Amino acid sequence: MAERIPSVFEISKILERIKQFFIQIGELSFFARRFFKELFSVPFEFKELLRQCYQMGNRSLMLVGMTGFIIGLVLTLQSRPTMIQFGAVSMMPNMVGISIVREIGPVITALICAGRIASGIGAELGSMRVTEQIDAMEVSGTNPFKYLVVTRILATTLMIPILVVFGDLIALLGSALVENLKGQVSFQLYFNTVFDALSFGDLIPATVKSFFFGFVIGLVGCFKGYHCKKGTVGVGIAANTAVVMASLLLFIVDFIAVFVSDIFYEL
Amino acid sequence: MNYDMNKDTQKIKNNEQHKLIDHLEGNAVIRINNVTKTFGDNHVLNGFNLVLYEGENLVVMGKSGSGKSVMIKCLVGLMAPDSGYIEVMGKEISTLDRQTLDKLRSDIGFLFQGSALYDSMTVRENLEFPMRRHRDKLGNVKDTTPLVLEALENVGLAHTMNLMPDELSGGMKRRVALARTLILKPKIILYDEPTSGLDPITAKEIIELMRSIQKKYGTSSLIITHDVDCARVISERMVLLVDGINYAEGTYSELSASTDPKVEAFFKK
Repeated sequence: MAERIPSVFEISKILERIKQFFIQIGELSFFARRFFKELFSVPFEFKELLRQCYQMGNRSLMLVGMTGFIIGLVLTLQSRPTMIQFGAVSMMPNMVGISIVREIGPVITALICAGRIASGIGAELGSMRVTEQIDAMEVSGTNPFKYLVVTRILATTLMIPILVVFGDLIALLGSALVENLKGQVSFQLYFNTVFDALSFGDLIPATVKSFFFGFVIGLVGCFKGYHCKKGTVGVGIAANTAVVMASLLLFIVDFIAVFVSDIFYEL
Repeated sequence: MNYDMNKDTQKIKNNEQHKLIDHLEGNAVIRINNVTKTFGDNHVLNGFNLVLYEGENLVVMGKSGSGKSVMIKCLVGLMAPDSGYIEVMGKEISTLDRQTLDKLRSDIGFLFQGSALYDSMTVRENLEFPMRRHRDKLGNVKDTTPLVLEALENVGLAHTMNLMPDELSGGMKRRVALARTLILKPKIILYDEPTSGLDPITAKEIIELMRSIQKKYGTSSLIITHDVDCARVISERMVLLVDGINYAEGTYSELSASTDPKVEAFFKK
């Protein structure tokens, strides 16, 4: 069968999409620059910041906890037979602990939060934009960027690392439960082994990248919502694209973080 | 007004952009001169001119998409015109820094087309929101309850203070939004389609409310609408916005008697 050659129209469409992607990245960086500019200017919206921290942190605990617990359970259950085969079952807590703390915990928690928080922010700000609530705020003398955007980005930046730590602990608990039931390892022994295996070199990069994950989630959610167009259809698009873009950027940030921390390891 | 008329008149005569305005009858609180605004290939405003005098009810009528809302947004600095001159209470909008603009905005009430009440806040919080940055204007009051109650009583909705916006009907939302614009005791109120989406009875109630507010507080009102009944009841003077310019100006009876086809089109039932 003859290979189908893409038409000029199709190629130009692809090129247009690539161009749009880079335009978006450019606009996003301007948005981030405005965030840093407004972050240090008075007045500070502490009350709204606390409200957002509560909304994003407290209300995500259940979801993050449940996911973490299942991830811990599944990871241990699936790795156990292979570890037994290699006679390394005693290394289970070390392996699970390091993989959860260094990579799985932060990435899974951030992805869950991208789904829950970034889409929520995108939809909320988007609907505020199309119903002129943001304009009403501006007219009433309140800087909507400061009140809505700065507080939300700051809240996600502060809350995601806390959620990551919480998710890691619950995931380890799930793993410990499997080890306790299947390998008669006590919870105390399990956690002692995990903490012995972990070093600051595992904890610090994971914590630092969690702050970046939080920043990306808040930034993308706010960017998509704040620039929402096309009425109610636009709100759906804002919520949807916020999740997609945030998830994609999370992986890019993760890659950069791992790459940079690797350089420090080698030094 | 805090600036005298002679100085004001002189300023206009000296400025070439103001040549079109030759019938200054009182203190102008809003002056729009030769404003243009374009979105891509769409020329929304093509040299629009308008003067709103103190204590006046001026209606701007135009078809949907004719640029009425764009014009009103340019007035409060929500949008910037491509060219032209907009002066509100003696201050040119484009030259103001954020702080001065915010202070000026406290003298301008804006009733949005869809009410624009904050969904996540109660009616009380909605009314308190504009006070956050303008407490000094209200004498730094600590207890805002009397002010909120007064504004809600003005629109007959004192009992809704602790309700959420989604618990209100369309007409009630519009009245609460009106109460929110009144909370800072503005000198000018801008109404963007105040009766759109409302049934005729509720629309009539809103119009009555607008008239009573104007009488009580002596505000100047700029009303953007395409509702002829609303224009007939409330306008002292009307401007028809056609093709981005102020196509015709006059009282309701003058314009409704016009034989110009473009003007007639507005008044045909």
